[in-house]
Amino acid sequence: MSVLLALDIGLAFLVFAVAAWTVFAPGGFAATVGYVVYGLLLSLVWIRLFAVDVALTEAAIGSGVTGVLLIGAAARLRGAEATAREGLTGLTRLFIAGLCLLVAGALAAVVLLLPDEGPTLAPQSMQSLPETGLGNPVTAVLIAYRSFDTMLEKVVLVLAVVGVWSLAADRFWGGGPGEARAERPEPTLAFFAQVLVPIGILVGVHVFWVGADEPGGAFQGGAILAAMWIIVMMARLTEAPQTSAFWLRAALIAGPAVFLAVGVAGAAVAGGYFAYPPGLAKPLILFIETFMTFTIAVTLAMLVAGPPRREPRR
Amino acid sequence: MTEAASAIMAPAGGGLLPLPVLIPAAGVLLSFLLGGRKAERVAFGLMAVQLGVAVAIASLVWRSGEPLVYILGGYGPPLGIALRADGFSAAMLIAASLIMPAAGLYARVNFATPDEGEKRAPLVFWTLLQAIQAALGLIFLGGDLFNLYVALELLTFAAVPLVSLDGRPETLAAALRYLMFALFGALFYLLGVALLYGAYGTLDIVLLARQIRPEPAVWLAAGLMTAGLLAKTALFPLHLWLPPAHANAPAPASAVLSGLVVKGSFFLLVRLWFDVLPALPVAVPGAILATLGSAAILGGSVLALRQERLKLLIAYSTVAQIGYLFLMFPLAAGPWAAEAFSGGVMQALSHAFAKAAMFLSAGLVAESLGHDRIAGLGGAGRAMPVTFLALGLGGLSLMGLPPSGGFAAKWLLMKASVEAGQWVWAVVMLAGGLLAGGYLYRVLKPALSEQPLRLKRAPLRSREYVALTLALAALLLAFAPPAFFAFLQIGRPGAGLALR
Amino acid sequence: MTSATLAGLVGAALVGLGLYGVIADPQLLRKILAFNLIGSGVFLVFGIVARKGAAAGLSADPVPQAMVITGIVVAFAASAIAVALTLRLSEETGATTLPPDALARPPGEGADAE
Repeated sequence: MSVLLALDIGLAFLVFAVAAWTVFAPGGFAATVGYVVYGLLLSLVWIRLFAVDVALTEAAIGSGVTGVLLIGAAARLRGAEATAREGLTGLTRLFIAGLCLLVAGALAAVVLLLPDEGPTLAPQSMQSLPETGLGNPVTAVLIAYRSFDTMLEKVVLVLAVVGVWSLAADRFWGGGPGEARAERPEPTLAFFAQVLVPIGILVGVHVFWVGADEPGGAFQGGAILAAMWIIVMMARLTEAPQTSAFWLRAALIAGPAVFLAVGVAGAAVAGGYFAYPPGLAKPLILFIETFMTFTIAVTLAMLVAGPPRREPRR
Repeated sequence: MTEAASAIMAPAGGGLLPLPVLIPAAGVLLSFLLGGRKAERVAFGLMAVQLGVAVAIASLVWRSGEPLVYILGGYGPPLGIALRADGFSAAMLIAASLIMPAAGLYARVNFATPDEGEKRAPLVFWTLLQAIQAALGLIFLGGDLFNLYVALELLTFAAVPLVSLDGRPETLAAALRYLMFALFGALFYLLGVALLYGAYGTLDIVLLARQIRPEPAVWLAAGLMTAGLLAKTALFPLHLWLPPAHANAPAPASAVLSGLVVKGSFFLLVRLWFDVLPALPVAVPGAILATLGSAAILGGSVLALRQERLKLLIAYSTVAQIGYLFLMFPLAAGPWAAEAFSGGVMQALSHAFAKAAMFLSAGLVAESLGHDRIAGLGGAGRAMPVTFLALGLGGLSLMGLPPSGGFAAKWLLMKASVEAGQWVWAVVMLAGGLLAGGYLYRVLKPALSEQPLRLKRAPLRSREYVALTLALAALLLAFAPPAFFAFLQIGRPGAGLALR
Repeated sequence: MTSATLAGLVGAALVGLGLYGVIADPQLLRKILAFNLIGSGVFLVFGIVARKGAAAGLSADPVPQAMVITGIVVAFAASAIAVALTLRLSEETGATTLPPDALARPPGEGADAE
């Protein structure tokens, strides 16, 4: 048994164990912290699967931003949880466990039956890569071959913001989420924010820019930038913007709007919707990705900030 | 650009296919950005364009007699994504393009925007209404299974906040329950997609159909995707989320949710079983689906009979009527297949119009009376005749009485099931029709009584006429010429065999 | 037993585990966590498919990887909506679980409620 295989088996057990703890841990807060750890371990699994872009995304969004969201929620729900009613009877639990075991078992069986070298689109991806001017095939899939999917997914993000904001009380509509700017921010958090955020912004921009040719891209870079803004908001060095602010709305739709516009223009200029004119593919892709990164950063941060909870200022 | 790029412009008119998705998507972004009054105006303007595009696509499909195809971005399947419009797609697209502006016209009173500034509920409503249009457009036209997953998520994110729009605690709980079922559905659908890609290296519907063989991965994928889509379509026993969600949402939202949103995941089930998986032996799964459908018809109708509130009764009626849709699955192969398919599609279309009409009428009743208790409906029919006419005509289609689209649908399905020797479905349909008559009688009897009733507020005639128009549309479907049924068959695999 | 197969098996186990958490735990926050577990399990199945599709000089098929990235973003958005609904429900009713009888009064109920 090689060292790498031992490592993999250890990692697999660890991932499963932490996930099990997330499900069975006694308190919501403990379970959520377990989930964040689980997410980071999962990023390691993705590295072992040679999917570095996915590992970056899982660490940044799956574990990082989702973790902040859930920890914030767990902290706010901690008090109410204690009064919750009892769960299900033992027999019901056994039945449910049996059902889940069945599903997992069937899935595992099919996974084991997968051929060692399965059907793949890697050759086609590499073949069409030169005309996109990109070096990272995953970015090419996201923004060139299957760009329609990605554009629509950006619209899904806008809908998520609308959905979260819709849960505000009527009197808070147009106001800002989160708490107001603090007169005297907590010193540790403030120091942390002031030191980390400028570096984080640089890292985020770098991860985005480099994604054209190396692992990285708009989603990963945007998530890092979002995290930086979230840190600043959490330290209460600044407050979340008013949701009626035009610049905020524009920032939230800039990514999908630019993507949509370039895609529609493709019909006139490049022979088809979402097609790129030959030679202009890479600059256009970077142009779209710039706006995408900006929008993703703003969107993820606003989704964590939640619905407006302050009266609108006029 | 690959050689597939040259196929972009052929057949002519394929270029229209991205529009039913892109136009409302642009509308979502514009409405959100501009806000206030402009959000509503953008919505109406673009919904009008959408209707035009839907009609254009339908006429092109009709004229060519073949499905329209469009390849996006110059990269065709298997690497890229294709859109496809067949007869079923075009018909559903037109239905959606008619029902949504109707719900919008009705909703102008509920979600009126002040001249200056912006209010929460109207902005959210007009933005999400267009989002539902974009999602449905993609569902009806999508040709790639992962693209359809994005469409399903788009639909969920647009529909869930509409349920909780008025912020009452019951609506929050209903929205959460809906979200949970929808997430379960989306994740299991995605898992099936992963297995299919692992087996065949493509997610294009046409390419998959050519390569699919009955193997364990495919069976598991089919099971997972079906389970997921059944949860979203609220077929028994995964229907628990629907009655609270549809009954508690604002009336125009309920009309869209029951009429159209639930048909989206059903459309994908048809795509899955009729277009991707026909190479599998589908007799047993078809029978299982139809059995669940029968349970839905009978159970849902009985539960509707016991409801005390009009909106809940209509919501349980949706649970029942969804069951009829699944009776077409065991009848998918054989000389009766075309009839069964037409019957199922007719049921989807006529239920969409009829249910939308009924929810809008129920909304008018609730607003005018201040409540929607069935016991308190005495004399309401005489006080609000047009409203109850719409309700009654919609109910006519639900019961399957002639002349109505519902009658045509049930007639086709019963004929097919008798020809196929599967009598049980015909019996279930008859029982369902009787039960539907029962719960409609419960509503209409007190309404048409001689009691005098003071309305809190008379309903606006224009809104009553909107509901009535939708109900009449459900009736008009009965008069569809045979050409319409031939139109629905365009693009159906195996259609050529069975049209005789 | 390659690392890819291990990852696929872990994915299967996570789907089962997450499904149990969703169905069996009444707490809404735990359900949201469990949904994320199911999601990551599904993504791992994509992962093994991608790894088995290594070809043309790439260590993994890029198409499933792109799908996973899209999926992770959508999963976060779903979590955000679910959390917002849960927090609002808790604010309004103090409950952190779904009420068993969710069938309450539809809108339009005026002053003459019972």
